[in-house]
Amino acid sequence: MYVQRLELVDFRSYERVAIDLSAGTSVLVGPNGVGKTNLLEALGYVATLDSHRVATDAPLVRAGAAAAVVRCLVVHDGRELQVELEIVPGKANRARLGRSPVRRARDVLGALRMVLFAPEDLELVRGDPAERRRYLDDLLVARQPRYAGVRADYDRVVKQRNALLRTSYLARKTGGTRGGDLSTLDVWDAHLARHGAELLAGRLELTTALGPFVAKAYDAVAAGRGAAGIAYRAGVDVSTPDRAHLESALLEALAASRSSEVERGVTLTGPHRDDLVLTLGELPAKGYASHGESWSYALALRLASYDLLRADGIEPVLALDDVFAELDAGRRERLAELVGGASQLLVTCAVAEDVPAALGGARFDVAEGTVRRAD
Amino acid sequence: MYEGAIQDLIDELGRLPGVGPKSAQRIAFHILSADPADVTRLATVLNRVKDQVRFCTTCFNVAESEQCRICRDPRRTNEFLCVVEEPKDVVAIERTGEFRGRYHVLGGAINPLEGIGPDNLRVRELMARLGSGEVKELILATDPNTEGEATATYVALLVKPMGIDVTRLASGLPVGGDLEYADEITLGRAFEGRRAV
Ligand SMILES: Nc1ncnc2c1ncn2[C@@H]1O[C@H](COP(=O)(O)OP(=O)(O)OP(=O)(O)O)[C@@H](O)[C@H]1O
Ligand SMILES: [Mg+2]
Ligand SMILES: [Zn+2]
Repeated sequence: MYVQRLELVDFRSYERVAIDLSAGTSVLVGPNGVGKTNLLEALGYVATLDSHRVATDAPLVRAGAAAAVVRCLVVHDGRELQVELEIVPGKANRARLGRSPVRRARDVLGALRMVLFAPEDLELVRGDPAERRRYLDDLLVARQPRYAGVRADYDRVVKQRNALLRTSYLARKTGGTRGGDLSTLDVWDAHLARHGAELLAGRLELTTALGPFVAKAYDAVAAGRGAAGIAYRAGVDVSTPDRAHLESALLEALAASRSSEVERGVTLTGPHRDDLVLTLGELPAKGYASHGESWSYALALRLASYDLLRADGIEPVLALDDVFAELDAGRRERLAELVGGASQLLVTCAVAEDVPAALGGARFDVAEGTVRRAD
Repeated sequence: MYEGAIQDLIDELGRLPGVGPKSAQRIAFHILSADPADVTRLATVLNRVKDQVRFCTTCFNVAESEQCRICRDPRRTNEFLCVVEEPKDVVAIERTGEFRGRYHVLGGAINPLEGIGPDNLRVRELMARLGSGEVKELILATDPNTEGEATATYVALLVKPMGIDVTRLASGLPVGGDLEYADEITLGRAFEGRRAV
């Protein structure tokens, strides 16, 4: 799969821009702040309906404009498909596939598959468990879209259960004699365990499938300097990872922690508290790995997603934002070798010399609001 | 901003569910230019709806007398009781022509975020109705979302010990469409929830 043309109207810093790309490698070069990442962000938005940098749509629309349009022509198995999204902050996005509008923007998911590595991904290694859970869940949804529903249901149940616990907590604190009505807590426990088990089973299976790819990618980038391993850390026993077992394990854990949950007014058990533990050799990466190692690890996690999707028979576009500048010469060479074969590779950099010559490909000069092919 | 009555009307219309400021303005000016007889008729039904429409004392559906039409209908059976959230769900199920039993309208679903628990719903009234022993099957037709599912589970846990069959509406793919048009979340979950035939 590759993007043949990208057109932006009022997206971020671009009033209007069109870029013709081709399969293979493209390097986007330009000084800081000219809009390189904005281009990758636009493609990422088409792929996931989400920005890797901001949680709301407003910053994506050029200051002063009312709406942004991202249009791209994707070539997959020799067929061209145009995807168009109109981003209107505060409203539902309008989307088109080919020439026809689709009912929900969600219907364009899958038209463009992309794995994006960006500087923000350092948080995968250094940040809170929530970052790593999102990494797993996003990949889960990319492979099996039904998990988008499972995840939404689970989050909603946790929210409702927390609201129930919170109300009763507040009622007790303000001296209410009834202490809030907890008669439906069993029901919420049952639903939390059901949806939680489904989510947990998905994450466990994914972690198992992903492990070897992470180790391989890290080893390829870091060349023998420590082995990367991932392990899912759950609050319940997951040694028998089928759904029925996980559901009863969650129910037991909820029963065991009930008094402290009622005491504190919040749900303490379930996959929303789990983590993906990253290790380098014998040591955890978080708190121990050097900056360069953390960077390589975050990169390995994205490359592993890419390899896993490829093993599933999907050939996503691979985008690497500002990656080379952070790596030493040896790692740069090895990375170039590793990703050079992608069906489409998009690389950004501020200094052209940071990208190994061996990577080759087309070069684009990005200047304020324009992108020009430099040949 | 307009002056006086027309702005009052726009404001009132704008408070209705699903009516934004633009539509409120459009409806208001439509009413202003409409035939006086039409407007009088609208005003009359608006007044009547609050005066005359009540809730059925048996099932809590909307009714114009003590009991609603469905509860009064002697051809319907008391053996099947269908539990729904709102009166509009009764209308939806009636349109299927599949159901010849009675209804019970809960008046919502369990929703802690909005402070709604079983005590705010007609659950106690449901249990009282079931006490008569006439009902053989209780059909839970609450919405297929988080709150509706929780409500169904809650009612099921209360009723099962009474020896009444409790069933839940099947959910899954919309019928009449092509498989290819189902979105991948719906189709994926239907696939995961497949059953033997
Ligand atoms: N909504 C917006 N409207 C106008 N300009 C915007 C908007 N959002 C971002 N920008 C501008 O876009 C620029 C940032 O673009 P981008 O992040 O793509 O830079 P970059 O080329 O990747 O830089 P670096 O090399 O530092 O990563 C900033 O100058 C910012 O002011
Ligand atoms: Mg950038
Ligand atoms: Zn009635």
